[in-house]
Amino acid sequence: MKALSQNRRHPMVGVALLLLGLLLTGGLYSLASNINSASAYSQADYTSADNISDGETLFNANCASCHGIGATGGPAGPSLVGVGAASVDFQVGTGRMPLQMTGPQGQEKQNQFNEEQTMQMAAYVHSLGAGPSIPEDEYLDADHADVNLARGGELFRVNCAMCHSASAGGGALTRGKYAPTLHGVEEEHIYEAMVTGPQNMPVFSDSNLTPEDKRDVIAYLKEFETQGYPGGASLGSLGPVAEGLFVWTGGLALLIGFMVWMTTRSS
Amino acid sequence: MSVIQDYQASTKTGKIANFVDTRMGASKMVKEFGRKLFPDHWTFLFGEVALYSFVIVVLSGAFLTFFFDPSMAHVVYDGAYKPLYGVEMSAAYASALDISFEIRGGLFMRQVHHWGALIFVAAASVHMLRVFFTGAFRRPRELNWVVGSVLLILALAAGFTGYSLPDEVLSGNGLRIIDGVMKALPVVGTYMSFFFFGGEFPGDQIIPRLYSLHIMVVPALIILMVAIHLFMVVVHKHTQYPGPGRKHTNVVGYPVGPVYAAKAGGFFFIVFGIIALISGFLQINPIWTYGPYDPSPVSAGTQPDWYIGWVDGILRLMPGMLGDFSMLWHIPMPWGWNALPLGVLIPLIPAGVLIVGMVLWPWLERGMTGDNREHHILDRPRNAPGRTAVGVAGVIFYCVMWAAASSDLMAVYFMLSLNDVAYALRFLLIFGPIIGFIVTKRICLALQRKDREIALHGRETGIIEWTPEGAILERHEMVDDYRLYELVAYETQQPIPAQPNNKGRVGLWSKFKAACSRAFYEDRVEPVTAQELAEAHAEHDQDRRKLQGSVGRTVQELEGKRDNS
Repeated sequence: MKALSQNRRHPMVGVALLLLGLLLTGGLYSLASNINSASAYSQADYTSADNISDGETLFNANCASCHGIGATGGPAGPSLVGVGAASVDFQVGTGRMPLQMTGPQGQEKQNQFNEEQTMQMAAYVHSLGAGPSIPEDEYLDADHADVNLARGGELFRVNCAMCHSASAGGGALTRGKYAPTLHGVEEEHIYEAMVTGPQNMPVFSDSNLTPEDKRDVIAYLKEFETQGYPGGASLGSLGPVAEGLFVWTGGLALLIGFMVWMTTRSS
Repeated sequence: MSVIQDYQASTKTGKIANFVDTRMGASKMVKEFGRKLFPDHWTFLFGEVALYSFVIVVLSGAFLTFFFDPSMAHVVYDGAYKPLYGVEMSAAYASALDISFEIRGGLFMRQVHHWGALIFVAAASVHMLRVFFTGAFRRPRELNWVVGSVLLILALAAGFTGYSLPDEVLSGNGLRIIDGVMKALPVVGTYMSFFFFGGEFPGDQIIPRLYSLHIMVVPALIILMVAIHLFMVVVHKHTQYPGPGRKHTNVVGYPVGPVYAAKAGGFFFIVFGIIALISGFLQINPIWTYGPYDPSPVSAGTQPDWYIGWVDGILRLMPGMLGDFSMLWHIPMPWGWNALPLGVLIPLIPAGVLIVGMVLWPWLERGMTGDNREHHILDRPRNAPGRTAVGVAGVIFYCVMWAAASSDLMAVYFMLSLNDVAYALRFLLIFGPIIGFIVTKRICLALQRKDREIALHGRETGIIEWTPEGAILERHEMVDDYRLYELVAYETQQPIPAQPNNKGRVGLWSKFKAACSRAFYEDRVEPVTAQELAEAHAEHDQDRRKLQGSVGRTVQELEGKRDNS
C-alpha cells in the first residue's frame, strides 16, 4: 500500500488509469454483448415475454396480412399455430418469408429481418402452440466428436438425394417446384428444414431421423462442400449431361480446330 | 537357289529391310498401301479421330484392368476417402475408389478412359453424319455404311457396359432401367432379365459379366469391324468432294507414304494430347459422390452418358396415362393376368425406327431415286435437298429424345416447369422433324438458286456504271473457273412415277414409292447448262463492250465531278 500511495502522483498515473478504465469497460461490454447474443440462440431465453410481445408487433405488421391476426390463417396463408419456432427461423432466416410473390414455391432471397427480429417472431409463433423449436448448438456441430460421416452420407443418399441430387446441387419437382441446392446453406437451416419440412419437403421428425442422425447428415454435407474436386473443374457437378455438353462443344471445337489446321495447305 | 543372292544391300538399314522383304514380301505391301491416295479435307478426319480415341481408350483401359476388381463380393471400405470409410460396398466399387484415390495416376487414367470414350462416340457420330450428308454411302459403299452403323451400335454397347462397372448408385440406376425394359417384354421378359442378371436384380453376377463383355467381347468385335471398315475403304478408294479434275475414276490427294502417314501419325498425338488435357483439367464421373449401389435410392439428376441419353429421353417422354387411358394393360390369362406396360414398350418403336432407318438408308434412297450407279464424287448437301432434309429431320428426332434425358436439369436451371418441358418436347418429337424436313428442303433449294445465280451472273459488285449512251449498268464480277465448276457440276434426281408390274397393274406399293419419290424430288433446281451459261455470259460481255473504249465512268465518279464543278 505504501508503494501505491507513494506513486499516486506519478505523471503516468493518468495514462494507467485511462488504460485500466478502457480495458474494463471494453471487457465488460464484450462480455455483455456475448451474453446477449448467446441468449438470442439459447433455448431458454428467446421465449421471454418481452420477445413474445415484440414478436407479435412484428408479426402483425409484416405477416398478418396473409397469415391473419393471431396467426390463425387467412385466405392467402396457412395457420401458424403449432408450426414451432424452427419453422419461423427457417422461413424468415433464409429470406423465403415474407413471400416476394406467389408461385409454385417460395424463393430464397435477401433476409428482410435481422436475427433478433427473427427470434422475436419465432418466440411469438412458439407461444401460440408447441412445435419444433430452434435446434441446440450441439446438434449443429459438424466437427462434433460423435459425428459419423459415412452414416451421414448413407442417410443423405437414402433420404435426400432423390430430390436434392447426389451432389446436393438440387433437382426438379413437378410443375415448377424444385429442391434447392444445399451448398452454402447454414447448419441451423438444414436442421430446421429436416425437422419442419418446409414447402414441398417431407418432415424428418426426431423419431425418423434422431438429432444425432441429422447432425451426421449436416456433417456429410459440410464435408462435401469443403472437400473440393479431386478430378479438376467440376462442370457444375451436374453429372453426365454437363460432361456430354462439354464433349459436343469444347471438345469437338478443339478437335475441329486442329483438323482444319491439319488439312490447310501452306500457300 | 542362286536367284535369291542377286541383290546385296550396301547399308545396314538396307540389309535389314532386304532381310524382311525377302521373307515377308513387305515391299509389295508398301507398294500397294503406301501409294494409296487420300484426299485432304478436314471433314474426312472425324473417322480418324474416332479411331485414335478408340486406341487411347484401349490403352487407358488396359491400365485400369491392372487395378480394377470386377467382383460383387461384399467388402468394408477402409480406403482414403473419409465420407465412405467403413461403408459396406462391392469389391468393384472399392477398387474403383482405390484407382481414384490411391493408385498413382489412377484418377487421371480413369478420366482419360471416360473422356476418351465420350469423344470416341461423338467423333464416330459426326463421321457418320458427314458420310450421310455428303452421300458417301452410295454404291459401292453401302456395305461399309452398314459396318459403320454396326460400329456405332458396338460403341454404345462398349460405353454402356463400361459405365456400369464401378457399381455406384448412378450406374446402378441405369442397369435398373435396362432390367425394367427387359421385364416389360411380354412373356420372355422376366426370363431374359433373370438370365442376364443371374437371378433377381441386381444379384451378384452382373458386374463380372459386364466386365467380360466390356474388356473382351465388345472391343474384339469393334476391332474386327474397324479392320473390315478400313479394308473396305482401301478397296473402294476414298471419296472426294467435287472439283476440277476430280472424276469418278480418280482420287486427287496425298499418298499414304510419306505425307499422309506422317500427318496421320502426328494427328494421333494431337488427339491424345487434347484428351489428356481435358482429363487433366476437367473432372468426369466423380463416383465417390454417388455411393455404393443399393436398389433403394434413385438420385435426382440421374442421367446416362450422352450417347445413351436418347433412349433414356424417349422413356421420359412417353406418358404413363393419356387422360383416363392407362398405358399399363393387364392381359387376363388362365393363370391370372400378365402385365403389358405399353409406356415402356411403345418407346422402343421410335428407337428401333431410328436404328433400322439408319442401317437401311442406302437402299431406301435407291428405291426412291432408282440410281444404281457408282458414286465416288460426294454431293454438297444442298445439291441433294431430299436427303439433306431427311437427315435434318432424323437429327431433330434424335436431339429431342436426347434433350428429354436432361429435362429435369433444363427445368431447374432455366426456372421452367418440368411438366411444360415434357409437353414442349413431346410436341417437338412429332412436329420437329416435319418442320425440319420442310424448312431444310426449302433452304437447300434457295441455296441452289443462289448458286445458279452466281454461276450465271457472277457477284454483284455494287459498282454502277454509266455508258456514254446513257445506259446504267451494274458491274458483275464473274467467278473463276474452279468455283464455277463447283457450282455447276452436280446431278439432280427426278421423281420416278409409279411403275406398272408384270401384269401391267400399278400396285399400292409402287404408288407409295412414287409418292415418296415425288415428295423428295418434285421441287428441284436443275444445274446450269452450258448453253445457259454461254448466253448469260454473252449478255454480260455485251455490257462490258458497251463500256470498253469509251469513258466508262461510275455514277459515283460522275457525281463527284459535278460537285466539284
